[in-house]
Amino acid sequence: MRTRLVTVLLAVIAAFMVIPGAAAADAQGGENLNGQIRQPTTVEGLEITVYEGTEGDEVIGEATTDSEGRWEVELPGPGDYRVVLDEESVPDEYVVPEKPGSELEVEVRPDQQRTVVFRLQTPEEAAEESASPSAEDDAEGGAGAGDDGAAGDEGAEEVPGVDAGASFGDKFVQLAVSGVIFGLIIAISSVGLSLIFGTTKMINFAHGDMVTFGAFMAMMFSTMTVFSSLHDSVADVPVLGFLLNPLVVGLVLAVVLGGGLGMFLERFLWRPLRKRHVALIQMFIVTIGVSLILRHVLLVLFGARREKYEQFRIQEPLELGPLSITPRDLSILLLSVVVLVLVASMLQFTRIGKAMRAVADNRDLAESSGIDVDRVTLYVWGLGGALSALGGVFYGLNQTVHWQMGFHLLLLMFAGVILGGLGTAYGAMVGGLVVGLVAMLSTLWFSPQLMNVWALGIMILVLLVRPQGILGRRERVG
Amino acid sequence: MDFWNIISTSLTTAIGPIAAIYVLAAIGLNMHFGYTGLLNFGQVGFMLVGAYGVGVGVGTFGLSLWAALLLSVACATVLALLLGIPTLRLRADYLAISTIAVAEALRLLYRAEFARPLTGGVYGRQSLAAGFIAANPIPSGRYGVAGVEFSANQLWTMLVAWALVAVALLLTWALMHSPWGRVIKGIREDEDAVRSLGKDVFVYKMQSLVLGGVLGGVAGALLAIHQQNITPDQFMPQVTFYLWAMLLLGGAARTFGAVLGPMVLWFLLTAFDETLRSLLTIGALPFLDGGDIGALRHAFVGLALVLLIVYRPQGLIGNRKEMLVNVK
Amino acid sequence: MSSEASAARAADRMAGVEPVPGVPKPDPILKASGVRRSFGGLTAVDVEHLEVQRGTITALIGPNGAGKSTLFNLLTGFDRVDAGEWSFEGRRLNGLGGHRVARQGMVRTFQLTKALTRLTVLDNMLLAAPGQVGERFFGALYPPAWRRQEAVQRERAMDLLRRFKLDAKKDDLAGSLSGGQRKLLEMARSLMVDPSMVMLDEPMAGVNPALVQSLLGHITALRDEGMTVLFVEHDMDVIMGISDWIVVLAQGRVIAEGRPEDIRSDERVIDAYLGTRHDEPGGDGEAARGAEEEA
Repeated sequence: MRTRLVTVLLAVIAAFMVIPGAAAADAQGGENLNGQIRQPTTVEGLEITVYEGTEGDEVIGEATTDSEGRWEVELPGPGDYRVVLDEESVPDEYVVPEKPGSELEVEVRPDQQRTVVFRLQTPEEAAEESASPSAEDDAEGGAGAGDDGAAGDEGAEEVPGVDAGASFGDKFVQLAVSGVIFGLIIAISSVGLSLIFGTTKMINFAHGDMVTFGAFMAMMFSTMTVFSSLHDSVADVPVLGFLLNPLVVGLVLAVVLGGGLGMFLERFLWRPLRKRHVALIQMFIVTIGVSLILRHVLLVLFGARREKYEQFRIQEPLELGPLSITPRDLSILLLSVVVLVLVASMLQFTRIGKAMRAVADNRDLAESSGIDVDRVTLYVWGLGGALSALGGVFYGLNQTVHWQMGFHLLLLMFAGVILGGLGTAYGAMVGGLVVGLVAMLSTLWFSPQLMNVWALGIMILVLLVRPQGILGRRERVG
Repeated sequence: MDFWNIISTSLTTAIGPIAAIYVLAAIGLNMHFGYTGLLNFGQVGFMLVGAYGVGVGVGTFGLSLWAALLLSVACATVLALLLGIPTLRLRADYLAISTIAVAEALRLLYRAEFARPLTGGVYGRQSLAAGFIAANPIPSGRYGVAGVEFSANQLWTMLVAWALVAVALLLTWALMHSPWGRVIKGIREDEDAVRSLGKDVFVYKMQSLVLGGVLGGVAGALLAIHQQNITPDQFMPQVTFYLWAMLLLGGAARTFGAVLGPMVLWFLLTAFDETLRSLLTIGALPFLDGGDIGALRHAFVGLALVLLIVYRPQGLIGNRKEMLVNVK
Repeated sequence: MSSEASAARAADRMAGVEPVPGVPKPDPILKASGVRRSFGGLTAVDVEHLEVQRGTITALIGPNGAGKSTLFNLLTGFDRVDAGEWSFEGRRLNGLGGHRVARQGMVRTFQLTKALTRLTVLDNMLLAAPGQVGERFFGALYPPAWRRQEAVQRERAMDLLRRFKLDAKKDDLAGSLSGGQRKLLEMARSLMVDPSMVMLDEPMAGVNPALVQSLLGHITALRDEGMTVLFVEHDMDVIMGISDWIVVLAQGRVIAEGRPEDIRSDERVIDAYLGTRHDEPGGDGEAARGAEEEA
């Protein structure tokens, strides 16, 4: 995997990245220069000096980046300043690229809190960049300004490393496979979203954060020493060794907890709200509130770093004809298919599955024909929560674990669910798969930064020509 | 802990330029949701295109600020049309999903590498407000009382922003007290009923979407002018959720709900921030670090949304009777 | 003119019309042919030919799931047909949206009353008035342009409210009215549009029996003023009492039409009703489940 694209360049952030921050800074007034340096973890201890004028030697102020990579220098007033990054203070693992370099001239207007942008690179990147002029675009394409302390290449998923020299056909096959994997992950996560919509007519904006929840729970359990020592004791036993792999244990616990979270929310939030006859629109807003709470509590608890599951970080790809796939991705693929088949057969053949589809199809009718709608809804939330947690673990395995992963996936889940037909479980599966494929294959021709844009574009297209989705039924109106 | 300092800082934020900008965007959202019942979860998208009207107009093409403002309004209008045409004929939830998705897709587009010659990519556009600052009639200095202080430039931005707020309020008030507003409110209650009475619901919804979107766009343009520079990542979906929290706090479908909500919420948020921060400096919260404050504030907004809907769905100045009548 | 006299006149108009499905009427206001609509492979409506006579009260009846409401939705532009065409006052209505059908003078009400709950009763009425200058975006911003028109409409609205005995409630929110009052309001509101034909979808459903008589009175009064009324209803007694003509729908098709006395003795109608009443609880359910299997 070419991690370069995700973690490449330093990401610099405006101080007022988040507007509230600006408002607070604003209140103090006065001019200053500031910035934040990350690579993509923040770089502490960089020394920055500000000089008066473009030529002068008079030092206005000095600053050292703090633990978050932030620095700030108060200025005496508006005017021209020169900002110099002391290359001596740059840690050995980075170099300062020639452009924009370590010395910048800025003009500050009255009351401006101006952000100054410095870039850092790893020596390899610098070498690459200077070796091939065209590489710059590529590298920059991967550069991402983080948000709220996140860095990395937002909006783009990891695209499998394909040699620049590979033929179009090889690239296509490779991307199609990762598209299928990505699509399966979307499909697993969004079955619940669609069923929840079907049974309660509610769009669950917190569904993405339930995905993140699953990924973080698996992360937490898989790094617990209890489980790793347990695993060490049986590591050599063939089947048990795998089953007690900390990540497998973590995955199972995450899925259980995810289901629990879903049922908890339904039992203690949504059901009481429904009983109070809170209007649907208001419920949407509550789901947004829940998503904000869940997301940011996870952020506070687990931090903003992008992390990978330790156990399967680096793997040798298997070569299958034109296709190379890591055992990790292969098992995600197979497991996802198995899970989706199981879910589908559950919906198709079991009593509770049929009841779920009946309630999703027409809640009132199901209720009048004797189905315990509240109980079915509870199970739908449990199923949805468990599946989204599972999707989160797979997503984290395939990509990285990050506090915003779920929200980014949510938009693709929406696209998939609308594509397949809002409210149908099978539609979510088909739609998710299509969205994953479209997103990945678009990188054949277009920048990976835009892959999500293509997926959302497909959604808008579907709304225009067939709003009920691929598997949806035409609605009765009036 | 310096309580007076916390209060005065919070007050400063509550009447400052940023609050005024949010009020403007919230008035737009009130038009959409409060009066028409449109579920716009992408108001930040309108702010984005509005801000970049100024950003691209001034920063890339070197237009005058007036021309750039026109560009902002045009961009917001086009966005409203593009969003509305596919979704306004469909059920309300489709608009909700589309708006949030399109706003996020726009942010990704504006920050993409290929758009860099136009939008400046992730680095955005700088030095946008020279003309605006040059036009500042207020002599430089600091103005205010008792810790609630603004510089001349902030005051100038505030003046313009609050004046625009007044115009927007007047406009919505006049519209909502006309037969046009009656149709709009009728659509919120039941669009099929309004359609059955011979009104072209689609056109009305579109007009409302454009009007509210343009207000959002102007808010974005003001933001660009106020900050003098913009980056795409300022326009995260959270901004929309803040606006929703503000509108619901103030009271949807009330002229002054959209004014009161942002001011009160900004006050509370700043007080929340400042209190946490001063608790941190005296070491009262050993388990948190400075970076967590922002995250906790977002969680706080989320909690506020949930509690508002559960306990006071009508907001601060809403009409509870109207809320209860709405049970269908 | 008394109600009896006008009923007699309406009956006259239907004189000589054969009670067979699809029969042409002497002076049809609404004509539909080949109207079809299916949901997920299930045919909801398949009407070969249907005409509605001007100035009469025509009832549309049929067992649950017969497609009455669907036909209503299709004719009034609230749903799209798969095939077929229909015309109102000689003008084709195919493909027109609901609002344009209403502007032609064919106004409908809904089975589940759609009072605009957070608007006042008077605003509900005023909203329905056609051709208001103040309803245009820019017109709205210049009140002098619409004040006078508004005052005229207000008078008209108050007249109608008085007729439906709702004038005392004019400043109440429509949501605070009782179910029956909402039905009355909806009927009054549809008259604000100045229709030549009103289509009432189950006007009596969920109305307390005391109000039924008053509603019936209003319906016959509409005909007496020369309006055409098409309505869907379940209660046989009600239908037999006031209809000039009855159309029976079963499984989406017109199986019979005629005067009340023709229908009362029609074998097919009795079969249709008894046949489905037998398994009525599952009637709609079967349909939905069948459609689900299709999907």
